[in-house]
Amino acid sequence: MEIDPFIFRLSIFILSIFIGYYVVWSVTPSLHTPLMSVTNAISSVIIVGAIIAALAGSSNNIFDTSSIFGFLAIILAAVNIFGGFLVTQRMLQMYKKKKNNKK
Amino acid sequence: MISANLSAIFYLISGILFILALRGLSSPDTSRQGNYFGIIGMVIAIAVTFLSIGNFSTSIIYVFLLLMLGGVVGSFIAFRIPMTAMPELVAGFHSLVGLAAVFVAIAAFLNPSAFNLGSIGDIKLASLIEMSIGAAVGAITFSGSIIAFLKLRGIMSGAPITFTGQHYLNLILGITIFVLIFYLCKSQSESFFWTVIAISFLVGVLLIIPIGGADMPVVISMLNSYSGWAAAGIGFTLENTALIITGALVGSSGAILSYIMCKAMNRSFISVILGGFGADNSSSDTKDKQDQKPVKSGNAEDAAFLMKNASSVIIVPGYGMAVAQAQHALREMVDKLKKNDIKVTYAIHPVAGRMPGHMNVLLAEANVPYDEVFELEDINNDFANSDVAFVIGANDVTNPVAKTDPKSPIFGMPVLDVEKCKSVLFVKRSLSPGYAGIDNELFYRDNTLMLFADAKKMTEDIVKNLD
Repeated sequence: MEIDPFIFRLSIFILSIFIGYYVVWSVTPSLHTPLMSVTNAISSVIIVGAIIAALAGSSNNIFDTSSIFGFLAIILAAVNIFGGFLVTQRMLQMYKKKKNNKK
Repeated sequence: MISANLSAIFYLISGILFILALRGLSSPDTSRQGNYFGIIGMVIAIAVTFLSIGNFSTSIIYVFLLLMLGGVVGSFIAFRIPMTAMPELVAGFHSLVGLAAVFVAIAAFLNPSAFNLGSIGDIKLASLIEMSIGAAVGAITFSGSIIAFLKLRGIMSGAPITFTGQHYLNLILGITIFVLIFYLCKSQSESFFWTVIAISFLVGVLLIIPIGGADMPVVISMLNSYSGWAAAGIGFTLENTALIITGALVGSSGAILSYIMCKAMNRSFISVILGGFGADNSSSDTKDKQDQKPVKSGNAEDAAFLMKNASSVIIVPGYGMAVAQAQHALREMVDKLKKNDIKVTYAIHPVAGRMPGHMNVLLAEANVPYDEVFELEDINNDFANSDVAFVIGANDVTNPVAKTDPKSPIFGMPVLDVEKCKSVLFVKRSLSPGYAGIDNELFYRDNTLMLFADAKKMTEDIVKNLD
């Protein structure tokens, strides 16, 4: 009997929750704000779905209802990706060890 | 055009890179590298998506244009946002993820063949369930985050909005969503799908309005978690590993942060969700007490004198410090103290800011080296051996009543033992109670000196007096 591919995806999902659990507990509390902004950025990988939807319109009508929602989602996700990664980077820059403070 | 198998492997790689991005945050030294991993993961995911579609129509130009447009807006926000506004920014970003999830779900529902999910009116059952759950959670995340954003921004009052039957209404609406999804699966009717989304938007609003300003750190973490589950739901719909992995990571990350925040306030998750905390403001008897008890107050000169003659000082910053923008003046003060060979450390309570780790970022922005900043459990024993505790803009997190009075609303909350210091300096505008609405008995102790002033002005005055 064949296993439904859904079960495989479910397995990935459950295992990822466990990975997330252990990885996040090891994040130092002083970096919890960058953690939130970077999780925000990576969850915008949902843009993958938006791109597929946006490019799915037929060549003579690229703006059907479905692809318009795709286009809108691209803008939202792009704001998040750029904003999320850049603001994380900006914060992490502040955590650099200051050279003049070393002894 | 690359094969589906190959693109699946690339999506897996980008998922792994996202795990490494979070892993990097275990120490400030590796964190920047982690962030690059995250960016590479995102670039791979987007590139593979383009390659797997292959046949590019003219619409690809619009995709790139919109990508750029969003990118410019996002970059602009990222560079301009002040660090004090991080909680609003994160809440705002959560709402975007939520709405994007809703839009992708709608797109998939309207054009299922593009995603290999069947055809209109005949969408695969599993896909239909996945996309409606993704859309529902996304919609809740969106409207909930908007409310959180408005509350944090101060556009909407932080006071809890409650009415009778609120929780029953939420329960009924929640059940309705499931019933509608059931009928949606049976009938494939578009109207059920739209109703599910509409009700979910409403639920998001209703879930967040009863939660008071003091519980905002929990709310932001919770919405972080929701945005992850929404992404995972869409990931299942699109059968995309990168999205499933990311959704699971973000979902558990937000859940852990909510747990940490709840524990830091000694509140159960359920009681935060039910809301209403902070609604009963300072009762009349606390006001009477204020009038009766004597308070020692001092000025910048006294404070400077005390600290100059100390050998170790612990700074306890709270959100009030950030509101007054006193962090830079504070660092200046600390620099002066250090020049006099006084040991200075910072003690941070987990809920010192408006979101997890917020205070650490604010101090880092003021160039405070992160190895001088300690979390509550690491520094709490040091108060007994220190000369001065300098409490600036914090209140409830130092209140010893949490350890002594079982009747107090904050009883059991872990607090910083500042009263064990030889002397305590309290920079505060007035004796008014903090978020929790309770009086702080520390104000009336013999070893406490109140410095009534704006945090920034007082710190600057102390700096002058340290010369």
